[in-house]
Amino acid sequence: MSRFAAFDLVPVDESKQTAKDFKSDQEVRWCPGCGDYAILAAFQSFLPELGLRRENMVIVSGIGCSSRFPYYLNTYGMHSIHGRAPAIATGLACSRPDLSVWVMTGDGDGLSIGGNHLVHALRRNVNVRILLFNNRIYGLTKGQYSPTSEQGKVTKSTPYGSLDAPFNPLSLALGAEASFVARTVDSDRKHLIEVLRQASEHKGAAFVEILQNCPIYNDDAFEPLKDPDARDDRTIRLAHGERIVFGANGDKGIRRDPTTAGLEVCAADDPAVLVHDATQPDPTTAFALSRLDDGALSNVPIGVFRSVDRPSYDQLMRDQIADATRSQGEGDLHELLTAGDTWRVDA
Amino acid sequence: MTASTTSARDKDVRRVPRVVIRFAGDSGDGIQVTGDRFTSETAELGNDLATLPNFPAEIRAPAGTLPGVSSFQLQFADHDVLTPGDHPDVLVVMNPAALRANLADLRAGGRIIANVDEFTSRNLRRVGYGANPLDDDSLEGYTVHQVKLTSMTVEALKDLDIGKKDAERAKNFFALGMLSWLYHRPVERTLAFIEKRFGKVPEIARANTTAFNAGWNYGETTEEFAVSYEIRPAPMSRGLYRRITGNTALAWGLIAASRLTGLSLFLGAYPITPASDVLHELSRHKRFDVHTFQAEDEIAGVGAALGASYGGALGVTTTSGPGVSLKGETISLGVALELPLIVCDIQRAGPSTGMPTKTEQADLLMAYAGRHGEAPVPVLAARSPSDCFDTAIEAARIATKYRTPVILLSDGYLANGSEPWHIPDVAALPDLHPEFAREPNGTDAKGNPVFLPYLRDAETLARPWAVPGTKGLEHRLGGLEKADGTGHISYDPENHDLMVRTRQAKVDGIARDIPPLEVDDPDGSARTLVLGWGSTYGPVGAAVREVRAHGHAVAQAHLNYLNPFPANTGEVLRHYDRVIVPEMNLGQLALLLRATYLVDVISYNKVRGLPFTSTELIDAIEKVADA
Repeated sequence: MSRFAAFDLVPVDESKQTAKDFKSDQEVRWCPGCGDYAILAAFQSFLPELGLRRENMVIVSGIGCSSRFPYYLNTYGMHSIHGRAPAIATGLACSRPDLSVWVMTGDGDGLSIGGNHLVHALRRNVNVRILLFNNRIYGLTKGQYSPTSEQGKVTKSTPYGSLDAPFNPLSLALGAEASFVARTVDSDRKHLIEVLRQASEHKGAAFVEILQNCPIYNDDAFEPLKDPDARDDRTIRLAHGERIVFGANGDKGIRRDPTTAGLEVCAADDPAVLVHDATQPDPTTAFALSRLDDGALSNVPIGVFRSVDRPSYDQLMRDQIADATRSQGEGDLHELLTAGDTWRVDA
Repeated sequence: MTASTTSARDKDVRRVPRVVIRFAGDSGDGIQVTGDRFTSETAELGNDLATLPNFPAEIRAPAGTLPGVSSFQLQFADHDVLTPGDHPDVLVVMNPAALRANLADLRAGGRIIANVDEFTSRNLRRVGYGANPLDDDSLEGYTVHQVKLTSMTVEALKDLDIGKKDAERAKNFFALGMLSWLYHRPVERTLAFIEKRFGKVPEIARANTTAFNAGWNYGETTEEFAVSYEIRPAPMSRGLYRRITGNTALAWGLIAASRLTGLSLFLGAYPITPASDVLHELSRHKRFDVHTFQAEDEIAGVGAALGASYGGALGVTTTSGPGVSLKGETISLGVALELPLIVCDIQRAGPSTGMPTKTEQADLLMAYAGRHGEAPVPVLAARSPSDCFDTAIEAARIATKYRTPVILLSDGYLANGSEPWHIPDVAALPDLHPEFAREPNGTDAKGNPVFLPYLRDAETLARPWAVPGTKGLEHRLGGLEKADGTGHISYDPENHDLMVRTRQAKVDGIARDIPPLEVDDPDGSARTLVLGWGSTYGPVGAAVREVRAHGHAVAQAHLNYLNPFPANTGEVLRHYDRVIVPEMNLGQLALLLRATYLVDVISYNKVRGLPFTSTELIDAIEKVADA
């Protein structure tokens, strides 16, 4: 069985795997320059590290560009219905502990049409990894604003600007009692893989937001986080147990803001700079970290915000079945049908 | 004296073949418990019976009002009965509201047992009685027993250490004891039931037991009842019996199906009347490897079930009409993925929220065709409460053998109604273990072995079911159209046409694998056929029996399979000059029959939220038979 906590009941493949083993025979059909290519490549190159049997991996997706993911992986996979992947994955994970179940979703699929399933999978803490590709736009339907688009966004469906206030996916996940919450960026392969690794070390629901570029309908949406001249001043790399400092010159830090009880940027040498504790059971600080950015990508933490231990729903379900079987004995159909008030006709 | 069935009777005993009793009162009066216990006693005695619980959707509507009236009717007899009866012979009313709401149904000359304590001027005014009907002549033509149920119960319990409110609450057991005496019911199991149900609060258990015995003794001693009634056991074939409701039978049928297929049962469900009891029942039986998942909504319930099916479980979702509406997209996905899935629709009166606690069979067309695209799904309907058990097993057989979602239709009448059930021999149930794909089933262009998830069985047209974890058969499924054989995404026009037709042919072909439509036409001379489906089986059968007794030759047939229809259906329809189709909708089966077989069937329709009465069906059938 795997040494990764999320897959402790999943059989491993002793042979040496490579990224190629996980490539399906299907031609990848995203638009040139789509961030999904980078995510797929990073994912495929990470999988050999897990060393799981390919046949025990299942990728479940909804509908949208990101949801084409399963077709490109040589594992089991299901391209399902818009928004419903977390529900389908819940049924699968609950009945099959020997599978490594991944949900691939997007900002429209996971936060709009499927928002309800996402929050409930997170609060239940079903043992699935949920990767939400956030490009802040509807791509497959050709360019309408999404629940993460900034207010006022001009799109095909909002020629006068969108009226909706956007969701902050990490704040939402934390509010939904998620036990593992992280953010990474499509173009930062090393960071992306490190987040996937940590998500795999977490038993229970792991929610990962991947900031992803849509070159056709929302190009350069995250450019400030990618531009080599700007990104270090805007990106806060969270590392558990380390002081939260950032900036091109490492001169900025994060401390508590006494007026709001939230967080604020300070000088790196400020003695009040926080030490990041992803395992803190109280989600307050993780939530405050998710609120650091003002939407303009000025201070964007990436990495693992929260990773706390909590029994997974599917495990609790199996335990209940095992306990009932242990205490009452395995079910006997004849006994079930004849229990209680019966009568015999002898005539 | 303690209630006993063996004590000698001082009063006259009259033997009658059958009785219909209706208990009615406030939803907080314990009417359903009273009816249920009386039914259990009746079943134990060996009468045949059928029940009709009828209650408001409101949990505790304002006391003493018409909307708050709850009732429970049963017919029991020394011969086989098919319905709970059209008109009660005996109406037990706990208050004026219960009288007002139910009197119209009482048969002429019937008997009213009224809790006179509740016929206060305030309660009478509340339901629009200007004068007390027990005192004026408005109930002339009925036999009225005025019984001080509440005050006699309180009096009987005066030595117990309980408050007046709790004492009054025991009045339903007083009534039950009294009726048990009147109809010679065995009482031991009711006394045991009280111990079990209320044993945690010994004073309440004692109160209910004391009230029950007091009621029985009252029957024995009062001059109010000069005669008691005996109904002999009905002849039934040898074997072990129990009483069962449709929802319990459905839950147990699903457990049996799980055993017979060797697949773990996974139920994804969202609470909805009248289906929730299936979720409740299955949740109790975890030791049968039963997974119950109370989902965040109807869509998640069916989604999780489909996910479990994908993993090799027996995925089931239970719901009612509004839930099926929400599940449609996932059922369509199941059609495209060609995975087993059982969708149980316990129909209720619609549209929209409709009348959640009332029965109807108006979801047939939704089950048959209520999905986007060409998405054929086999549809089965249970005909009686106990038939829900067999129908669940049959749904599982078809779903797993043909890798398809199956819709099982029940309804509120079957769900809550009960009847005696000849418990089947578990060893005689069929082996339904499905075959899973374990090996590649084709070769690629280079001759290498490959798995073709959409390469079909030549006979059933079912595709192979390869569950995750099977080495070498890794493949991707999805809602996008698939190429025949490989299952790869395909937009090829000819392929789509082929796949649409093949999915339809697969479902149509099930007609070869189900029993033909049986016709009951005793002397073969009938020119009129009565064709029903679902829960109308009982009322239609009872009506046909009467119509024949009146000298008409009519044939009866009943459809358990609504899609596909049994192979001989057209032949049967065309054999008769006239075909009457009674339905609790506006003619949904009739529409399908006309469209499929070009036979101009005659519809008889009522949508009152209640099962048909035999009387109305007799009239309807005779009108056609005489024509």
